[in-house]
Amino acid sequence: MQDKIIRIGGVVGVLIAALLIVSPMAAQGPSLENEVNRIAKTLYCPVCPNTPLDVCTTKACEDWRAEIRQLLQEGKNEQQIREYFLARYGPQVLGAPPAEGFNWLAYLFPFLLIGVGALVAWFTLQQWSRRRRADVTPPETPEIPREYAERIRKELEER
Amino acid sequence: MSRSVQVIVFVLAIVVVFFLALALRAHSLPPVSSGPAPDFTLQTFDGQSLTLSALRGQVVVVNFWASWCAPCREEAAFLEQTWRTYKDRGVVFIGVDYVDTDANARAYLKEFGITYPSGPDLGTTISQAYRIKGVPETYLISKEGIVSGNAIGPILRAGGAMSQAQFIARLESLLTAP
Repeated sequence: MQDKIIRIGGVVGVLIAALLIVSPMAAQGPSLENEVNRIAKTLYCPVCPNTPLDVCTTKACEDWRAEIRQLLQEGKNEQQIREYFLARYGPQVLGAPPAEGFNWLAYLFPFLLIGVGALVAWFTLQQWSRRRRADVTPPETPEIPREYAERIRKELEER
Repeated sequence: MSRSVQVIVFVLAIVVVFFLALALRAHSLPPVSSGPAPDFTLQTFDGQSLTLSALRGQVVVVNFWASWCAPCREEAAFLEQTWRTYKDRGVVFIGVDYVDTDANARAYLKEFGITYPSGPDLGTTISQAYRIKGVPETYLISKEGIVSGNAIGPILRAGGAMSQAQFIARLESLLTAP
């Protein structure tokens, strides 16, 4: 009888222990996977350009996602994981080139384009408004030669 | 539009076209096939530091590989066998592991029993310097540090980027060169 109780107690103990181990894992599972996918979405497959890691189906990409998972489990945050991938696999893993050297052109170019566009628009508008002003200004009175002006003045006085 | 604005727009357009042309050129350059071999330092998987320029006087074979690359597997055994044959004749083999996870790379080296020094290409700086188009690629470097041939693709018994016989012949000619 005592043996039976011990055996049942042992089984119950094992079940409780298993539950204690499994429940945090089950709780961690989906959230960890969500986190892996969220970070994978921001990183690109270094060998199949323009393919984010979360949708890439190659074996290599699976391994990189596993690496993200492992780094998260080691307690690394998103920034640290991005830095790790950049240092290890090069700038092609980032969605955008790092802001350094020649790459600055990619960042400055849109602003440069907007600036030039604004400049062109401003000058064009100014030209239009000048032309418009010129159109509405009444034509200047033609200059009358002095002798005619004198003659008109005299005739007006004589009346 | 005033003349000065026209000049500014024109100059800016020229500058943009110039930089775009530079970027396109950098992307379209073929892999290094001649001239001085770009120097590099590699931290190998077994913790050693290896600098190419320190190997002057020896013929160097630089092989770019990755564990996820199927054609690399086809040439792995041949490269290891050739290294074992030539290592005492002044030939150095270096494996440069291109965008690979550490665990997979080590497993690959173990699977093929690769004993020549190999290490990860951190930040892909070495592969960028050699302008590789993919893996595998193999570069033969003379005793003077000059790139004296490359195989853009696997080295196979027959066919491939370079046949095994051609590779051995190239190695022999580099060894016997004065």
